[in-house]
Amino acid sequence: MRLLWALLRRDLILAARQGGGVGTALGFFLTVLVLLPIGIGPDQVTLQRLAPGMLWITLLLSVLLSADRIFQQDFEDGSLEVMAMAPASLELVVLTKAFAHWLSTSLPLSLAAPFLGILLNLRTETIWPLALSMVLGSLALSLLASIGASLTLNLRRGGLLISILVLPLYVPVLVFGMSATTGNPEMIMPSLLILSAMALASLVLAPIAAAAALRAYLK
Amino acid sequence: MQITAENLSCERGGRTVFSNQNFKLGSGEFLQLTGPNGSGKSSLLRLLANLAEPSLGKINLEGGSTDLTLGQQAHYIAHSDASKSALTVTENLVFWRDFLGSGDLMRALQAVNLAALADYPAALLSAGQKRRLALARLALVPRAVWLLDEPGVGLDESSQKLLAGIMNGHLREGGLIVAATHVSLGLKPDSSLVLGGTP
Repeated sequence: MRLLWALLRRDLILAARQGGGVGTALGFFLTVLVLLPIGIGPDQVTLQRLAPGMLWITLLLSVLLSADRIFQQDFEDGSLEVMAMAPASLELVVLTKAFAHWLSTSLPLSLAAPFLGILLNLRTETIWPLALSMVLGSLALSLLASIGASLTLNLRRGGLLISILVLPLYVPVLVFGMSATTGNPEMIMPSLLILSAMALASLVLAPIAAAAALRAYLK
Repeated sequence: MQITAENLSCERGGRTVFSNQNFKLGSGEFLQLTGPNGSGKSSLLRLLANLAEPSLGKINLEGGSTDLTLGQQAHYIAHSDASKSALTVTENLVFWRDFLGSGDLMRALQAVNLAALADYPAALLSAGQKRRLALARLALVPRAVWLLDEPGVGLDESSQKLLAGIMNGHLREGGLIVAATHVSLGLKPDSSLVLGGTP
């Protein structure tokens, strides 16, 4: 346990110091959301209708933008090999690193989204469902991203390939994220529950898949 | 504690790197691996570290912990230094200490003569100092088996003496060392294995 705590702490410090992760993702998120109303035009009704979808899609892309950082640096400087020799399973190491990615990137993005939604004339009654569904959904997003990150470990410009590999896996999260934010109020609770189920399922399955890919690379 | 390798063969990318290697290493013994580039020195160390699996043969471990694999009881110092340039020397070592077990930070810093640079960012270290930071893991967390891949690369004369001293201390305490090297480490090996010959 102390081991995983040390890893989580280190990854968060690195994310904060290197800046590239959170800063870039938040900057990208903000830039796209500022550009969207300019591109679509000032029609408030259209913007309001499109707002949740645009927020969600921008969130998916921003999370993927920093996904290659989950393992790549540790692979390149040899840390991953030493981690594979720790008295803990590689699956737990992967889980911790994906969790650190969620805490440092996806969670701040999903918390910022409702505020940035103001730029898109987001309806006030959808703010809470949007925030909740994004917090739950983004955990699944980070975990699924770790699968893509592990599969493209030693590829140059792997970021683009991660998007192609992982975006199809993001479809269910997007579908239920949307149903929580656009549909009628009765849909909110079931959608949030399904999103939690997805987060829990990826909590178990994603580390197994990603650790298998990492082992194949380390051989 | 004893490591025995029987008929060890290694294949990488469809090419047989080495085959039919046998050796035996007991407590307090130092095995030196030599051989030309590409003869499989690093591959053999990775087999011992459980990072790869032999295509044939097996590695037996007697004594030591039964719950842990050989890799989990070993330090592996590869060509890469496994340190983060955004962290200071101390932060790097504190992480590895907590991650790999427990140990004495000050003793490790002094063992590799980095105590004066403890609060220095690792990004500003020279190549030799980075190497010493990687080697500090050896002194930091006690583990019985040391797998060293060219540990002396980039070290100046006095640092090489420090390394020889650390290795000597480990052997005296009953540890095992397997080191791949082209140059003498200033320490007489108990046995040596010459790999390769046929590329």
